[in-house]
Amino acid sequence: MKALAIAVLWGLTFAAAHAAESGRTPKPVIAIEKPGQCVEATDVMRRDHMKLLKHQRDKTMHQGIRSKPHSLNECIACHASQKTGSVIGAEGFCQSCHDYAAVKLDCWDCHQPKPGQKAATGVRP
Amino acid sequence: MSNNREQAQPANDRHPLPGEGGRGEGSNVSRRGFLATSAAALAGLTLAPGINLIEIAAAKPDSEPVTSKVRWGMLIDTTRCQSGCTDCVSACGKENGLGEVTKPRTDAQWIRKIDLTDLKSGHALSLPMMCQHCANPPCVDVCPTGASFKRADGIVLVDRHTCIGCRYCMMACPYKARSFVHEPHTDQNPEVPRGQGCVESCTLCVHRVDRGGTPACVEACAAAGHNAMMFGDLNNPESEISKRIREVKTTQVRADLKLDLGVRYEGI
Ligand code: SF4
Ligand code: SF4
Repeated sequence: MKALAIAVLWGLTFAAAHAAESGRTPKPVIAIEKPGQCVEATDVMRRDHMKLLKHQRDKTMHQGIRSKPHSLNECIACHASQKTGSVIGAEGFCQSCHDYAAVKLDCWDCHQPKPGQKAATGVRP
Repeated sequence: MSNNREQAQPANDRHPLPGEGGRGEGSNVSRRGFLATSAAALAGLTLAPGINLIEIAAAKPDSEPVTSKVRWGMLIDTTRCQSGCTDCVSACGKENGLGEVTKPRTDAQWIRKIDLTDLKSGHALSLPMMCQHCANPPCVDVCPTGASFKRADGIVLVDRHTCIGCRYCMMACPYKARSFVHEPHTDQNPEVPRGQGCVESCTLCVHRVDRGGTPACVEACAAAGHNAMMFGDLNNPESEISKRIREVKTTQVRADLKLDLGVRYEGI
């Protein structure tokens, strides 16, 4: 929680005072607008979110397992910016950090980075 | 299964999944146990006549893997399909975020309407054509990366995470069912990720089927009052589709290829 508050603070400081060169290095904008608990502890998510996502991805793709906690759509549901409605864009939750870490992010070439627009699910008679 | 690639697991770095076989054919004992128990539990309840246990058990919980007890398939009654009606095609485009086909040579088409006329008799037919969800899919045989695969329940899919866009599968498919995505996309349905550089085809609306739903085209056809498309479990002798296939003569297109198709046609 403390780490999170610091991260948010950093984000704010960066946004407001980047020009004033208050920090020597630019930091990513990590704005967590929705309160509440992530599906795993913050340090686990920081280190291993890609492993969790990849594991769930294969289970969904090959075995049709569509349970929620580690699905990409669940990440987006919480982490999309309230301003842009997306997890990408300069201050998007995913992109800002990936830009900072210089790790190419290609999920969004195919996946929808905005929550909502759910498909109507027909019911089998 | 007469598949000679059953041993050839894709050499990608996927995490091993519990109970996963060659192409998702595998099944695990405890899952079977679970299904058997849930079916038994359901049997204890009073069911309305005609509602059948296996189909209820098939609406699996989200956390359960699909099994080969089910084989999803479709029966298309060409005597009911109306020439000029493209409701199935539009429903597919809307559901899967394909949009309108404006450039037919390159835009993705998962389902097409085809009109056929016998030149001698003048007898005309109209029918939708899409991936036939072959039990022995040539697209899977030729795929060099293992991206093209068949799920345990018979649905043939492309794993875009592994697809390199080589388009071998497009050449191998006898039904022209696959499309290459040429351009970037941003308006995907969150349930149907798709983007430039991969090959794709009809998924039988797998995202709906996994939640107990019906493919969008089947729903649209019924909504239009034509009822030319029937979706169901070919493995369950009591399902509507199996009963119908038992009663009337149905055709697999190019049955000579012996691909054991999941989509069958009536009246051709
Ligand atoms: S119809 Fe074509 S794309 Fe579909 S399973 Fe058969 S070979 Fe593959
Ligand atoms: S285009 Fe993709 S799915 Fe088709 S054969 Fe090549 S790698 Fe496999």
